[in-house]
Amino acid sequence: MKKLIKSSDTLDFIKDGDTLLVGGFGLSGTPLTLLDEIADSNKKDLTVVSNNLGEAGRGLGKLLLAGNLKKAVGSYFTTNRDAVEAWNRGELEIELVPQGTLAEAIRCGGAGIGGFYTKTAVGTKIADGKEEKVIDGERYIFEKAIKGDVAIIKSLKADTLGNLIYDHTGRNFNPLMATAAKTVIAEVDEIVEAGEIDPHHVVTPHLFVDYLVESKYVKKGGVYVESV
Amino acid sequence: MNQSDRVKIAKRVVEELPEGAVVNLGVGIPTLIPDYLDGKKVYLQSENGLLGIGPTPDEEHVNMDLISASKKPITMDTGASLFDSADSFVVIRGGHVDAAVLGALQVDRYGEIANWAVPGKKILGVGGAMDLVAGAKKIIIASTHQAKNNQPKLVEKLTFPSSGVRKAEMLVTEHAVFKFTEDGPVLIEKLSDISMAELREITGTEFKEKIKI
Repeated sequence: MKKLIKSSDTLDFIKDGDTLLVGGFGLSGTPLTLLDEIADSNKKDLTVVSNNLGEAGRGLGKLLLAGNLKKAVGSYFTTNRDAVEAWNRGELEIELVPQGTLAEAIRCGGAGIGGFYTKTAVGTKIADGKEEKVIDGERYIFEKAIKGDVAIIKSLKADTLGNLIYDHTGRNFNPLMATAAKTVIAEVDEIVEAGEIDPHHVVTPHLFVDYLVESKYVKKGGVYVESV
Repeated sequence: MNQSDRVKIAKRVVEELPEGAVVNLGVGIPTLIPDYLDGKKVYLQSENGLLGIGPTPDEEHVNMDLISASKKPITMDTGASLFDSADSFVVIRGGHVDAAVLGALQVDRYGEIANWAVPGKKILGVGGAMDLVAGAKKIIIASTHQAKNNQPKLVEKLTFPSSGVRKAEMLVTEHAVFKFTEDGPVLIEKLSDISMAELREITGTEFKEKIKI
């Protein structure tokens, strides 16, 4: 199975200064094992695109504390106190993007579309400096597509080809990010033989997925804890 | 503000939700609404990719991958569906949410909303607030009449950063229900014993009255 790699191999695909798309909504649907590898490495100046920065000291929060990050692009950072403090000290750049704009920008990035006009944020501070256009009598602003060098995503189950399914709302940004980066690495809880996932149920077709990594976390009481 | 006032607001908002509506609930008072539907069937949508939020699970059935947009554990209602964030915002931005019930820091006399940032404080979170304001078919603001510092929420002009040019249709507080028009707010119902003079006193802008009898 050529797609399966060790979690530490992930680091071979990430260069200093890269843009990383990181799946998840808070800690839900987040590739915790891959993030641990990056936090333990000396990668630096990374830009991460993710809805949040995990939680303080957890998920992407670990990369912040480890000094891997230059910039965060996402919709909600106030729930991670470390992110607020790092921004205050001038150690972290933040680009705030409305959640729907973030999702659509990544979708466009993966679909070969350069950008799009949206009504979201018209007339707000987030629209400052952005092109405005009236279409059929309504005001829209232009938002550019988002692409990454590497996407790290989290899936519940993969088959050996790399077809993916997700755990409930753990799906969130993961399928979009799978389409929008040069290299896509999926952390998975379980790998089954090709053919064992009903084609009707496949959410991310295997062509989008370059590598699979087995998660080192197991779920206990509904929450991921590191396995021994 | 006491819990019974918050419940009163939630119950009054429920009256505005049509049977079978697709509804998105913001943080704060709107989160009380599922407990006061009183048999009315609505489909609750969550930004992170679910239509059909069910009751809160007991501790044994918590799954961190089945959560609300506020990152609280939830369950799925019968007939629920799951989708990714892009499709979830197709629902929101494409005008497929029948009603969004949102909290607000301020609302101006025409229904323009400020619900994401406080002036002079760092602005590091917006979430789906602006998408809902731009895209929902109907926006109902569910809020206390005054902020904690007794400043009115319904104001002449926003002093907090706007969430978008799209206006809310309605404001429900513990004292009153307002509809927004091009001429400003219209009081359509009083929900407490407050006198009209007192209500005008604690409201930050002029309003007309068109109370149903």
